[in-house]
Amino acid sequence: MFVSINWIKEYVDLSGLDIKKLINSFTLATAEVEDIIVKGDDLRDVVVGEILSIENHPNSKKLHLLKVDGGDRIYDVVCGAPNVRENMKIAFVKAGGRVPAGEITKATVAGYESEGMCCSAFELGLSDDKAGLMEIDVDAPNGTNLKDIYPIDDIIFEVDNKSLTNRPDLWGHYGIAREFAALTDRELKPLPLSDLAYDGDNKIKVTVGRPDLVYRYSCVKMDNISKNTSPLSMQIRLYYCGMRGINLLADLTNYIMLEMGQPTHAFDANKIDEIVVDTPKEDCKFITLDNTERDITTDTLLIQNGSTPVAIAGIMGGLDSEIVGDTNAVVLECANFDGVSVRKSSSRLGLRTDASARYEKMLDPEMTVTAAKRFAYLLQDIDKGARVASLLTDEYVRKYPEIEITFDKAYVDKYTGIDIFEERIVKTLTALGFGVAKDGESFNVKVPSFRATKDVTIKADIIEEITRIYGYDNFSIITTKSPLKPVKSSPVRSQSNEIKDILVKHYNLHEVHSYIWCDVRKYKKLGIEVEDNVKVLNIESSDNGTIRNSMIPTLLNAVSENKDYSESFGIFEIGRVADGVKDDGTANERRRLGVVLFDKTVSEKDLFYKAVSIVNEVFSQIKHKAPVLSKVSPAHAWQHPKNTASIACDGVTLGSINTLHPANAQKLDKNGVAVCIEIDVDNFVTVSGNNISFEEPSSQQSTYYDLSLVMKNGVTFAQLSECWNSLNLAELNSVKVIDTYQKDGVNSLTVRLLFSAKDRTLEMDEVQAWIDTILANLKNIGIELRA
Amino acid sequence: MLEKAQALKAQFEEKVNGATVPADLEQLRIEFLGKKGPISSLMGELRNIPNEQKKEAGQIINDVKQFIEEAIANKRTELVKLEEERLINSAEDYDVTFPIDEVKGSYHPITLVQREVEDIFAGMGFSIEDYDEIVDDYHCFEALNIPKHHPARDMQDTYYLSTNQLLKTHTSAAQNAILKKYTKELEADRPIRVIFPGRCFRNEKIDACHENTFFQMEGVMVDKDISISNLIYFMKTMLSEVFQRDITVRLRPGFFPFVEPGFELDIQCLICGGDGCPSCKDSGWLELCPCGMIHPNVLTAAGLDPEKYTGFAFGLGLTRLAMMRYGIKDIRVFNSCNLKSLSQFENATFVEPEKEVK
Repeated sequence: MFVSINWIKEYVDLSGLDIKKLINSFTLATAEVEDIIVKGDDLRDVVVGEILSIENHPNSKKLHLLKVDGGDRIYDVVCGAPNVRENMKIAFVKAGGRVPAGEITKATVAGYESEGMCCSAFELGLSDDKAGLMEIDVDAPNGTNLKDIYPIDDIIFEVDNKSLTNRPDLWGHYGIAREFAALTDRELKPLPLSDLAYDGDNKIKVTVGRPDLVYRYSCVKMDNISKNTSPLSMQIRLYYCGMRGINLLADLTNYIMLEMGQPTHAFDANKIDEIVVDTPKEDCKFITLDNTERDITTDTLLIQNGSTPVAIAGIMGGLDSEIVGDTNAVVLECANFDGVSVRKSSSRLGLRTDASARYEKMLDPEMTVTAAKRFAYLLQDIDKGARVASLLTDEYVRKYPEIEITFDKAYVDKYTGIDIFEERIVKTLTALGFGVAKDGESFNVKVPSFRATKDVTIKADIIEEITRIYGYDNFSIITTKSPLKPVKSSPVRSQSNEIKDILVKHYNLHEVHSYIWCDVRKYKKLGIEVEDNVKVLNIESSDNGTIRNSMIPTLLNAVSENKDYSESFGIFEIGRVADGVKDDGTANERRRLGVVLFDKTVSEKDLFYKAVSIVNEVFSQIKHKAPVLSKVSPAHAWQHPKNTASIACDGVTLGSINTLHPANAQKLDKNGVAVCIEIDVDNFVTVSGNNISFEEPSSQQSTYYDLSLVMKNGVTFAQLSECWNSLNLAELNSVKVIDTYQKDGVNSLTVRLLFSAKDRTLEMDEVQAWIDTILANLKNIGIELRA
Repeated sequence: MLEKAQALKAQFEEKVNGATVPADLEQLRIEFLGKKGPISSLMGELRNIPNEQKKEAGQIINDVKQFIEEAIANKRTELVKLEEERLINSAEDYDVTFPIDEVKGSYHPITLVQREVEDIFAGMGFSIEDYDEIVDDYHCFEALNIPKHHPARDMQDTYYLSTNQLLKTHTSAAQNAILKKYTKELEADRPIRVIFPGRCFRNEKIDACHENTFFQMEGVMVDKDISISNLIYFMKTMLSEVFQRDITVRLRPGFFPFVEPGFELDIQCLICGGDGCPSCKDSGWLELCPCGMIHPNVLTAAGLDPEKYTGFAFGLGLTRLAMMRYGIKDIRVFNSCNLKSLSQFENATFVEPEKEVK
């Protein structure tokens, strides 16, 4: 919103103050100022001139040769404007003067010398009207500086609309002036108003059909209006504040909106007999004054003349009842509609106007009658003949409750941490329009109607009023007196961090972040079907409408998009999935670790075992435990039917490790292989960790024994282990696979068993006896020593 | 005896000079000083020498023996040294500038920034919490004093789910649950000091400056006498740590339904120092984090008595902070999964070397 300092000065005396400093304190105390624009600097030596004579230019059909009285002498001017006439008073720049486009110099135009320029309002930077010369509309002698008769010099500042969202009172200059008054400790002058004196008994009938959507509807008729353009000074002000002069009545309604924040609407009185404020019984069409046909639904509040719609309440008037140049009587609507209803209608219609933007903020219904009085005052000031032609109709349907708040000084002290004097508190609140009474230690504060629609309701709101005017720069910066306590990071955070460290530092993996929803298009490229899961109802691309139920597909997408990064890399993410819905119908949100390894340089088998080592390392580093991997049938179609295993610990399934189904593997890459790990971090965290149990290393010699075994299809290493684990030997320290090889389709492997005892050096006989038992066990599952 | 000894000495000297490797010396030692060597036999001859000459003869033999031992030791030192020199001269000269192809892992930039900020807050006594991404209307809005018809709840801002839930639009969605979780602490006179970073979602069109998925971090502190002055202190201290220099902050009124009063906190522009530059749009200030005193309705919704307790809350855009920290101009980098960008974020530390205390 653009704010004119000249306008503010009508209500607050700002003389002797540094305006830019003041605007800065407005930013700190009230709302953010985004820009400050100094107006009038680019205009110099522009005076009132009078066209004394007009001759056609001999060489041009468009140009005229003028004699212009510039006050000091008569000037020869070549002018192209179409609206020149004798004795017309215009804005004249003598050579050497300046307009926004640049300095004016003597020039020869089509063979004739021109000693200056007659200007349009556009050329002066006072309007976007380029149609012809701007005609001076006040009495001033020729040669009078234009800046002395019009408010050309001004400072305009732009307030960020978003920072006014919660301040309905600041959507007009008068409300902003109140802030300046409070900030400067100066008086806020009242608005000059008409008393709407009227002798007759004519009164416009108003019926409110939807009292739930209307707070107040006031209107009055005015007639005998003869002027149809507003004064230039008003037009300049409107233009500086971002609006365009249209005609007197439309300009006045805009002026009042910018002044008070109250939108008003002027209907052509000839089109209005009685007013009905209601929603239509059925959907209908309506042409708004921007000449656009709108679809009106049954929950859109309309203003109707009887049963004919004439405006969309709070948003825009209709084309039919629009004020035109020769309108001589108006019905002025000053109303207060429900903000939520206006916002909904406005977004449904895709039609956001200055009026609707204001209503959305919950305006003060007390303003409607004041606005009508202000309109009448301004109209009669400009057009002396205009008359009030009806009694004021005022349907005050709903009122906001009056709000009174009681608090004491101790509360202020506690909330602020500093000592703001009582007089300061009273002065600030009074300046802001609050009624303040002291009752012993208590302050009883009455919230003014313009702050009571939603903005100020509780004690904490009052604190804000006091402190923002006091100035946050004047606060102390002090730490708390709160006691110390130990700081704990939640296990899920600390263990997630540990997992990340292991993956990045031990395995050189890269952490990525992918979206929580499935991208159907990308899934398709890899041949992955999106499985049914929780849906996002309103996403711009319906392709993304499903929440992921596994981390792996989104990571596979990422791998696919990074294939040119390296021949061998791995990525991971700790993110969220929805693993279906819970019994109560809500999404089963889980924290998951997803890892995908990709490699063009090793076999799938080697990569699979690398993945296994990663899983083992994560468990051993964080839990001092080993996970149990066991083959399972795949839960997802993209998992390999054979090479998918579950990861469990302490009997709880925590995740899976798998290679890809050939269909997906082929689509991912013809030459590269991928292996996936997914671990449920929430479950992982619940697995208790083993403590480190320290043992003194044995000082006795250890003995090892190598067994080269011929493997049989279908026998797992876990089954082999059982053959020696079943002996429960304290002396068997470790078993390692030291060699594997394949010959003629037969797999062999060599394991090294390491024996030692704490208290003695082992005898060969002793070890041999154990080996014999182990070999017997192996034989039972069909495993023999290699010949 | 003397002649014999001198002959022996001469014989030894000739041989020792001819030794080229330490093994030769060992042989010489056995040859001359061994049980069957000449020194031994000379010692044996002492028996035949008259008693009055024995002492002198013994001395002569000992001198020779000592001479041989020393000579061997010296020669050994000399040979070892020669051998070492030979090894050095023949050693390969390694090229320390030779490029080593090291594969390094990387963290997501958000993780790095998050850890850094978490450390700062942990140092100031804040606990770190984690929260859901899928939440319900109550936690995201209702409990935060955001009324039913507030524009923030519109479909164009919030992703609603088929489960009657939504993707959280701000980390504040955790406030209610966290305040409740720590109520017991508060009742035991221990203040609530918690930060909770998290991923948030807004229904926005993505471009270089806008993402629909981004990270925030929220912090709250609640105790019996928490004031606006405390809020300013914590913000200033925290931000000075984050940016590792003394930061000037200012508060402006800002409206957020869950705080009252609410503020926009600006920091003096880090690039121009407040004089005005393109980064701060000539204002000298950068809008950095919204904050405020927790709204009494929010405390009440969490079961805390606003007459008894007050507190402050603040939000920090972690994604934005990471952009500032690393000079990332395009926000899309974060969710791109593009390793050409992301692999650059090795475990970087930003701590300035500590200055020596004098």
